[in-house]
Amino acid sequence: MSKGKGLPSRVLALGATSAIAEATLRPLAESGASFFLVARNAQKLSAVSDDLLTRGASAVTAYVMDLDDTAAHPAMLEKAAESLGTIDLALLAHGVLGEQADAEASYAAAEAILRTNFMSAVSLITWLANYFEASRQGCLAVISSVAGDRGRKSNYVYGASKGALNVFVDGVRNRIDRSGVHVLTIKPGFVATPMTAHIKPNPLFAQPEQVAKDILGAIRKRKDVIYTPPFWAIIMLILRSVPRSIFKKLNV
Amino acid sequence: MARSDSRPRFESWGRYPEMQAEVVPLHWTADYPLAKPPAAKQLVVGAGRSYGDVCLLENGTLIQTLGMDRLLHFDRETGVLRCEAGVTLAQILDFAVPRGFFLPVTPGTKYVTVGGAIANDIHGKNHHVAGTFGHHVLQFELVRSDGNRILCSPTVNASWFAATIGGMGLTGMIAWAEVKLRPIVSRQIDYHGEKFVGIDEFLTLSRNAKAEYTVAWIDCVATGKNFARGIFMQGEHTKEPGELKKSPQPWLSFPFDLPAVALNRFSMAAFNTVYYHKQFPKQKTAKVDYEPFFYPLDSVLHWNRMYGKNGLLQFQNVLPHASGREGMIEILKAITRSGLASFLAVIKFFGDIPSLGMMSFPQPGIMLALDFPIREEVSFDLLERLAKITLEHGGRMYSAKDARMTAAQYQTFYPQWQEFARYIDPGFDSAFWQRVTGRRPIDE
Ligand SMILES: Cc1cc2nc3c(=O)[nH]c(=O)nc-3n(C[C@H](O)[C@H](O)[C@H](O)COP(=O)(O)OP(=O)(O)OC[C@H]3O[C@@H](n4cnc5c(N)ncnc54)[C@H](O)[C@@H]3O)c2cc1C
Ligand SMILES: NC(=O)c1ccc[n+]([C@@H]2O[C@H](COP(=O)([O-])OP(=O)(O)OC[C@H]3O[C@@H](n4cnc5c(N)ncnc54)[C@H](OP(=O)(O)O)[C@@H]3O)[C@@H](O)[C@H]2O)c1
Repeated sequence: MSKGKGLPSRVLALGATSAIAEATLRPLAESGASFFLVARNAQKLSAVSDDLLTRGASAVTAYVMDLDDTAAHPAMLEKAAESLGTIDLALLAHGVLGEQADAEASYAAAEAILRTNFMSAVSLITWLANYFEASRQGCLAVISSVAGDRGRKSNYVYGASKGALNVFVDGVRNRIDRSGVHVLTIKPGFVATPMTAHIKPNPLFAQPEQVAKDILGAIRKRKDVIYTPPFWAIIMLILRSVPRSIFKKLNV
Repeated sequence: MARSDSRPRFESWGRYPEMQAEVVPLHWTADYPLAKPPAAKQLVVGAGRSYGDVCLLENGTLIQTLGMDRLLHFDRETGVLRCEAGVTLAQILDFAVPRGFFLPVTPGTKYVTVGGAIANDIHGKNHHVAGTFGHHVLQFELVRSDGNRILCSPTVNASWFAATIGGMGLTGMIAWAEVKLRPIVSRQIDYHGEKFVGIDEFLTLSRNAKAEYTVAWIDCVATGKNFARGIFMQGEHTKEPGELKKSPQPWLSFPFDLPAVALNRFSMAAFNTVYYHKQFPKQKTAKVDYEPFFYPLDSVLHWNRMYGKNGLLQFQNVLPHASGREGMIEILKAITRSGLASFLAVIKFFGDIPSLGMMSFPQPGIMLALDFPIREEVSFDLLERLAKITLEHGGRMYSAKDARMTAAQYQTFYPQWQEFARYIDPGFDSAFWQRVTGRRPIDE
């Protein structure tokens, strides 16, 4: 990828302390992009800001907030648009895996997962879709998951939050693509990040840098949906095509 | 020595000894101390590029820092880089070389972390002019398992600075450090290689060497008129401005464990002969890229698998100049006699710059490093012999490369060990430290 070519230079990152987000932002920093970073932990966010500045970012604004607080989204987003001038890329990377067992046992636990992964994204995307549609440019990149492709007994609450997100983002794309706005759905498989630190490593695990490369490639090529690493497209094709009568007996 | 269960295991580079521990990846300095404190002892580890057991802790918790890989500040004027301790030297090079800077001191692999480089106070081919890694560390933050954070520099909390540099990770977690890089104008190294035969030729070449980087490869298999033959290598960063781009990613990885028999006396002898004759003329001058000059083995990831499942042992010592010649000859004879030697043997003069770390390995004299395949009894007997010779000649061995020293040997090599022990974090321990303080027997 030639330096900076076809890459966005004014970047809003939501959930900027995510390992996948960090890996995606670093090459952008090296090409001199400016950033508006949003995350809930001030210390972590400051380390990410310092890292991007050191690597070559031309400016970084750090904004600390819990993204579950949807009422506070518009104020934050207006601040982002104002400080960046224009938003070229909005990357949604925040998310929680949650505890499936807790979410099965209590609605409150399930709701918490849905609130962070889906409701907060709906609120952010609603504002961003209107913003991009009006400015007739830009890229909205949303990190979803392969888990949204089919409900599995082992993580269907998280899966449902990502599945709902997929449908929502699809609809937004169909609405604003014609205004010249690029909407990208990113479906990673297993990635070695803090979110999956408790899962025993297996050969399907990818490094965040590898996933980041796919994400940046998809942004440049204006892809609609990507699986990353790409072999997940095949795995999910197979998984989706298992008949329900068999799938319900499987231990996946 | 069979690998029985299939749980993921943290291995040191020698893959010996094998130990079971819980591995907790740490991504943020802010997440230390861990929210769920380890039930037993803990140790913070980096890339596991130490050979023996300094980075192991049986039934303990190993906190691995590779996710702490952020660059926090860089001053283009002074070359001072502040970064988190999990940043590897490879990552520093990727960042610094295009900006015209290089590591002040580098070991024979770039895949070590800054935390590991400080904790073992590593040295490189420029020890005689640059000292150890610790000489280029301006300050760092040490976090104790009780959450106490100690800023350390040669002037602030100086005793903690001295205990932690070369402190084998036992004083707590190094969260971030400031390292002063040195300027370069090109990737290229002005290289000069010269063949020698015998220790005396090596000594003369070393005494007369002028270059910033010097090291010799030595054949530990050849006997008779070829005994102690080798190639004396010198290098300098070229002064001629040239390319400063970052290195490509290595694409070769050793895919599986070679059967233990593959590396034997004959294949080693063949390798050494080919390597010695690779350079045809007695002297050779060339411009070479820094990668093959500093990191000849890094182009094949996981090359340690070549030694098979049994793993490998390293031996590295330094002998004072006064007894160095006789001692090294005795050591080389013991090695050639055993027929166990590897092809990865290097010998070098350490300089006189005193290390800043209380427990640092380098001291003035002649340093030898090499590895052996593990052949049960034979390898252990040989190492025992080499440790004895080192002791008799007033030298010492390097903890980062050791899995077999006895407590008595260690305590003679490092008589200040008890003073150092006062700085150890009460929550920390390592398999190495258990061994050299007589709390863990050496396996037979
Ligand atoms: C091919 C090869 C060549 C080598 N060449 C040289 C050489 O030329 N010169 C030389 O000196 N060494 C050399 N080494 C050894 C290597 O440089 C050291 O063992 C180094 O310490 C490894 O760093 P690491 O990040 O892998 O740390 P690990 O091996 O994981 O750990 C090493 C020690 O550092 C401690 N540690 C790591 N991170 C932290 C932290 N954040 N806070 C506190 N303690 C920490 C650990 O507890 C442990 O005691 C070589 C090794 C290899 C494999
Ligand atoms: N890792 C995988 O295997 C995988 C696979 C498929 C999809 N994904 C998706 O990839 C995205 C990034 O995850 P990751 O793998 O990079 O893991 P990660 O490093 O744990 O990142 C998740 C980030 O979301 C932030 N976050 C969570 N809730 C938040 C909230 N309410 N407000 C603000 N920030 C919040 C977290 O902040 P804190 O650090 O403060 O908690 C964290 O920085 C997520 O959407 C995840 O679902 C990951």
